[in-house]
Amino acid sequence: MKGTRFWAWLTFGIGAAYFFIPLIATIEFSLRMRRGAYSFDAYRVVFGDERFQATFGYSVLVAAFTIVLGVLIVVPTAYWIRLRLPHIRPVVEFITLLPLIIPAIVIVFGYIRMYGSSSPLPFLATTRGTDLLLAIGYATLALPYMYRAVDTGLRTIDVRTLTEAAQILGAGWATIITRVILPNVLIAVLSGAFLTFAIVIGEFTMASLLNRPAFGPYLQNIGANRAYEPAALAIIAFFITWGCMAVIQILSRYAPKSASRPN
Amino acid sequence: MGETFLTIDNVTKSFGATTVVRNVDIAIDKGEFVSFLGPSGCGKTTTLRMVAGFEGPTTGRILIDGKDVTNLKPNQRSIGMVFQSYALFPNMTVAQNIAFGLKVAGASTDAITARVEEMLGIIKLPEHGGRYPFQLSGGQQQRVALARALAVKPSVLLLDEPLSALDAKIRISLRAEIRAIQRELGITTIYVTHDQEEALSMSDRIVVMNEGRVEQIGTPLDIYNKPSSRFVASFVGTLTVLPAKIVNASKGTLSLDGQSIHAGKKFTGAPGKTVSVALRPEAIAIGKGGANANRLDAKVASVNFLGSIVRVKVRTGAQDISLDMFNQSTTAPPKVGEKVTVNFNPDDLVVLDGPAEG
Amino acid sequence: MTDAAISDPAAGRSAPPAGARSLNLPTQWLGVAPFFLFALMFLILPTAYLVLGAFQNDQGEFTLANIYALSQPSILAAYWISIRISLASALLGAFTGLAIAVAIVRGGLPNWVRSATMTFSGVASNFAGVPLAFAFLATLGRLGLVTVLMNTLFGVNIYAYGFNILSFWGLTLTYLYFQIPLMVVIITPAIDGLKKEWGEAAATLGATTWQYWRMVVIPVLWPSFLGTVILLFANAFGAIATAYALTGSSLNIVPILLYAQIRGDVLHNPHLGYALAFGMIFITGLANIFYIWFRTRSERWLK
Repeated sequence: MKGTRFWAWLTFGIGAAYFFIPLIATIEFSLRMRRGAYSFDAYRVVFGDERFQATFGYSVLVAAFTIVLGVLIVVPTAYWIRLRLPHIRPVVEFITLLPLIIPAIVIVFGYIRMYGSSSPLPFLATTRGTDLLLAIGYATLALPYMYRAVDTGLRTIDVRTLTEAAQILGAGWATIITRVILPNVLIAVLSGAFLTFAIVIGEFTMASLLNRPAFGPYLQNIGANRAYEPAALAIIAFFITWGCMAVIQILSRYAPKSASRPN
Repeated sequence: MGETFLTIDNVTKSFGATTVVRNVDIAIDKGEFVSFLGPSGCGKTTTLRMVAGFEGPTTGRILIDGKDVTNLKPNQRSIGMVFQSYALFPNMTVAQNIAFGLKVAGASTDAITARVEEMLGIIKLPEHGGRYPFQLSGGQQQRVALARALAVKPSVLLLDEPLSALDAKIRISLRAEIRAIQRELGITTIYVTHDQEEALSMSDRIVVMNEGRVEQIGTPLDIYNKPSSRFVASFVGTLTVLPAKIVNASKGTLSLDGQSIHAGKKFTGAPGKTVSVALRPEAIAIGKGGANANRLDAKVASVNFLGSIVRVKVRTGAQDISLDMFNQSTTAPPKVGEKVTVNFNPDDLVVLDGPAEG
Repeated sequence: MTDAAISDPAAGRSAPPAGARSLNLPTQWLGVAPFFLFALMFLILPTAYLVLGAFQNDQGEFTLANIYALSQPSILAAYWISIRISLASALLGAFTGLAIAVAIVRGGLPNWVRSATMTFSGVASNFAGVPLAFAFLATLGRLGLVTVLMNTLFGVNIYAYGFNILSFWGLTLTYLYFQIPLMVVIITPAIDGLKKEWGEAAATLGATTWQYWRMVVIPVLWPSFLGTVILLFANAFGAIATAYALTGSSLNIVPILLYAQIRGDVLHNPHLGYALAFGMIFITGLANIFYIWFRTRSERWLK
């Protein structure tokens, strides 16, 4: 027993060192901008940079669109499959897993070739169209996470009984989804939303290949041209991710617990 | 009774500051079926786990067949154990599960095959050797778990609430099956349960435990009819406990809500002192009874039809008394509000110390 | 198709005429139509477009020439180093992640260790892309803290020993930063699923700890473990942002080559670009098919 605990501590210690040393190193590096003294200069420069504000704002906006799009596609589908079409669940699950197999760069490559300005659906002909295509691309990237979050949320409530109860009380489909189902899976949807945000906010490949002024390409550009700002940006990005995960964890405390798992 | 085979010698177990088993002393004979009965948290499972070797006693010893096993690891003790959750290995077929203990002991393939075949026969699942646990019902899984535990011919069989996860009907049929297999193999067995019916119907002897202590050890009949403590009396079987005032201890007379009764057994106490008296529902009948019977005038408070028996609650003054009568199509049960006389034999009245609570 | 109509409670209610029955069918599917339309337009068709393009020449005729052209040394080398980095980071990440998961679940460590590890793993598994490259440059780059400290404290110049953050091992070490936590996040529930009673049952049956691990734990964990390894492999294989930010285009891995091809047709053949993309899907797809085949073949006990 004592031996087990020793090895467990050792494993944990090595893991913790591997994960904390880069963070400490990055923080240290980000404070070295002023010669001879630690300072927050790098952060000041970053936050004062107009392009930081513009690209970050743009990415937040695209992330918001992505989340709305993801919710509109995933929630009705996951609900309908639980309610009426359980036998096609494997097909839908397989499709939602595809983005984990097909690399993002391949998906966006396909977009560029299929939705060019001379194609029947010329998304790429206009700036707005390209923005929309970027949000769509992000929605596919987030699909595995969003679907699983919502489906898990639906599993904990008895969809069929809730729906039938609402129908008996005379509710229509719109009312059922917005007033009965959505509030009950709201926590799950929000978890999916924050995860989507964390994935999308610094995404590089799609934004870069679609030539949009997003946060990811900005980061890459700074990395290629500056010394200390990238470290500051890495710390900022880490805390954004950390914030998203913290929100998800806090949300999960308010999630309805499944009847079959009383803990 | 035969010679002692398994001894739990003055065992105490503490986790930090809390003591969960206190000075437990039990001697179990070879081939005996002993149940540990008690509410959850009474220490029965911890005691069993100390016999298995999953927990070490803080003080005291455990001996199997004269050998001190207190410091042996579970895999050196030659015990078979059956868990409430079946604990079958999900990646193995029924046959592989049963063969597990023989395989790790290095038995030959032929010997394993023969033994597995035999065990499948004993648990009456001869056709199920190739199935996986998830393809079996709960009752079948538990039978396989029993076969797995017995395949290695352990010297002691430990069962930890093996039927608690099963449906009522399967529970009753498996009870008989486990007991029959145990008798046939003559294996010394400890059976942990919180279900008094299980303990009463299966055991040679019952150990009633409460708050880490042994309250009483005895045959099912003793435990039920001669409970040695108030806890045993109230935990085993249904019991009505009533406050009564001593009128004359040497004559055995008491006063219950102003009505005079007498007890068949001796008790002590000053006149006027309030004590508890206990009665089992089946000891009370409606009617005047024999010449020596105690009689109480009462009013029927409720009638519950339970199938073969009808449980009637009657009220005498402030007290409710439960009584059971057989359901007979010729005699209708009494009506609520009806005035009746109930009677019981003085020998069935158990006088307990202290005033009645709750 | 008919299943849908039959399972609909409305269909059986009052034996509707044939017309009503056939009308019923599409309404069943209307609820999932947006999803399938979306998946078709933005996931399946774009991929299929590239796959078809990989087997066509400029005139639109079928050809295997593009696939054959993948065998030129520079492209083969790119695939080879991509596969090696993905496999190394997947396997190292999987075993390290498993060790950490076992330590926090079964190691008898205090509860806060587990919850802190799980929270941190959730963050780190999503901390990838460009910022991760920055972090590792600040750590193990030529001026990184660890590099400098190793030099000043121990007199060890790791770069003189052949280490380079812009190399196979440098990139693998960086990828581990999201691979290990991803393994921890996925495999911890699987380890939780190992019942304590299995170990106790095995012990009473005379098994040693090692026999219990060999005969029960490893076979039970194996499918989830292998599945996660495949996921980690695909995760690393498609990753580009970290590598690009770390190495620019000095490390010739497939996604970076494809990125350059999309930007500027560096291969001077659009259809070879399609073939390159097809090759990537083919490899991740193959890994998944192997996993599915393995699972159905050897895991009959899985429900």
